[in-house]
Amino acid sequence: MVAKMVEEKNAGFSGVSVKGDVLLSVRDLRVWFELRRFGFGHAGYVRAVDNVSFDLRYGEAVAVVGESGCGKSSLMKTILGLNKPTQGNVKFDGKDINSFNTRDWQWYRRQVGYVQQDPFGALAPFMTVQRILEEPLIVHGVKNAAEREQRVRKVMDEVKLSPVDDFLSKYPHMLSGGQQQRVVIARAMIMEPKLIVADEPVSMLDASVRVEILKLLRGLQESHNLAMIYITHDLSTVRYFSERIFVMYAGNVVEKSPVDDLLKNPSHPYTNALLTATSDPDSRNAETFKEIPPGEPPSLVSPPSGCRFHPRCSRKIDDLCDVEVPPEFEISPGHVATCWLYK
Amino acid sequence: MNENTLLRLEDLKLHFQTTKGIVRAVDGVNFSLGYNEAVVVLGESGCGKSSLAKAILRLLPRNVAEYSGKVFLNDIDIMAYDDEEFRRNVRWVMMSLVPQAAMNSLNPVLKVGDQVAEPLMTHHGVKKEEALETARAMFKHVGVPDAFLDRYAFELSGGMRQRVAIAMALVTSPALVILDEPTSALDVLTQANIFNVLKRLKQDLETSFILITHDIATSSELADRVAVMYAGQIVEVGDAKSFFTAPLHPYSKKLMASVPRLRGDQEPEFITGSPPSLLNLPTGCRFKDRCPAAFGRCSEEPPVVVIDQRLVKCWLFN
Repeated sequence: MVAKMVEEKNAGFSGVSVKGDVLLSVRDLRVWFELRRFGFGHAGYVRAVDNVSFDLRYGEAVAVVGESGCGKSSLMKTILGLNKPTQGNVKFDGKDINSFNTRDWQWYRRQVGYVQQDPFGALAPFMTVQRILEEPLIVHGVKNAAEREQRVRKVMDEVKLSPVDDFLSKYPHMLSGGQQQRVVIARAMIMEPKLIVADEPVSMLDASVRVEILKLLRGLQESHNLAMIYITHDLSTVRYFSERIFVMYAGNVVEKSPVDDLLKNPSHPYTNALLTATSDPDSRNAETFKEIPPGEPPSLVSPPSGCRFHPRCSRKIDDLCDVEVPPEFEISPGHVATCWLYK
Repeated sequence: MNENTLLRLEDLKLHFQTTKGIVRAVDGVNFSLGYNEAVVVLGESGCGKSSLAKAILRLLPRNVAEYSGKVFLNDIDIMAYDDEEFRRNVRWVMMSLVPQAAMNSLNPVLKVGDQVAEPLMTHHGVKKEEALETARAMFKHVGVPDAFLDRYAFELSGGMRQRVAIAMALVTSPALVILDEPTSALDVLTQANIFNVLKRLKQDLETSFILITHDIATSSELADRVAVMYAGQIVEVGDAKSFFTAPLHPYSKKLMASVPRLRGDQEPEFITGSPPSLLNLPTGCRFKDRCPAAFGRCSEEPPVVVIDQRLVKCWLFN
């Protein structure tokens, strides 16, 4: 009940009522993977994403933060249309991706760009940069070779792969990690999408290059009014990058908040733990031990009852947190946490 | 020589022969490490920091073109040892390694307990039961439950496997453990946990550590001193406190400025350009092409200047 009220309130805040404002809307999304025994017997589900709802507006950048295995990649793949939702729906520009036919999918793939985590793995080793960037254009029916080349050059210029002529004929292995990631970004941008999904785009890169790539993505996002979903486990890069953060734990979104608000006033105990664990370069760090919640994230096949974080939580309320699933409670406008501490 | 010195490197070089020419991965490294001290070696990928670990432990690939210099361990020049002596007296006896991606370096068909016990049996001739007891004690130190001794690597999470790899490096109680990017593939909470473990080991067992990493923020969790490596050479060495508050070398400054911070409002900046190829190194200072403070002198080999016990290889401080 409370949850519903907060959600409605929230929906009002994020402007659902204004038509055309929301680009991507995810409602009660579940992505469960069936486990089979001996190939056919049913052996339960991996509840990778469980009851996730959010809205993403045009031109908005959000970060999805969580540890490996929390379901952030499954969520992303569902948005990209690579996984099927088990329940709930994903609407893009008002259209439900569950009801898409082949033509709709073709259209959808032009609207959404994907920046992979490992740039070297994402680029075909036997293709030149030009060929890699042309590929989406060919697939989507841009027949004029001159137009293709012009668009390739334009996008390479935008991701600052210059001088363009030097890079066109190069193969991925001839490029540095940062340059490879620029090619991946250029490929995601070339169909002029409305939404970019970036899956840990800098985790494979060197510290000095990370900032450069993040700034590039941020710049593109602002200049093209792109919506962007930035998936990461590194909280320290989030504030330079996105307006809102969703924190995921064991398949649930446990906190949604504007970035500054979350960093100043983390509400969910798990968010707090993540912030505590993230270091800044400071020699005083070596003198103290960090307080880390004991244990490890739960199995998604049989997650704990009630709040999924309760077995590790130092502030758990007995007979409540371990029994009932917490709804979303509003901390401040636009900032919600699914935690019984705020009832 | 200083009595507190455990390890001292003098002009250590490790070059590789490739089809494109000679890669000068470690090119004249000097530095020293005290007892129960943790030194962080910071650098971008391809600066030679992992090769430095290999050079210290003499874990060499086949294509070595040059391996020279001096490595003193407790004032004994271990470069003079032949391979058999080195294996018997140094590797896993005095120093051990937690390799990069250690969590994937465990043997999949051996129980992790047996793997941790193995160095004791091979290097010290300890009986299996006894070695397993020591392994059990080591598991306690790194925070792995006893029951895991009988499990296989695939049954453990990434963080647990990393702890097992650390236990394996420590089981023979070496004086020095070299950690090559010990937490780069791990989640934030697991990372923080591993650093808690390392800090506790440093207190309880008085082990010395060389931590090789590109992650400046987490390196501050363990560092007593910091050495910055660039294009095969060490360009700055200093105590952690002064390094993290005010780095000296222009490259260190840039590196520190590139760290995104969770607290404080400093905008991160990136370093323009890319490091020189180790195949074809420039003369003089190797950072001069990317350096905002470069001037005429920089085309000559920079001197190593000592300022308040900090070393910096740069003409600016001459």
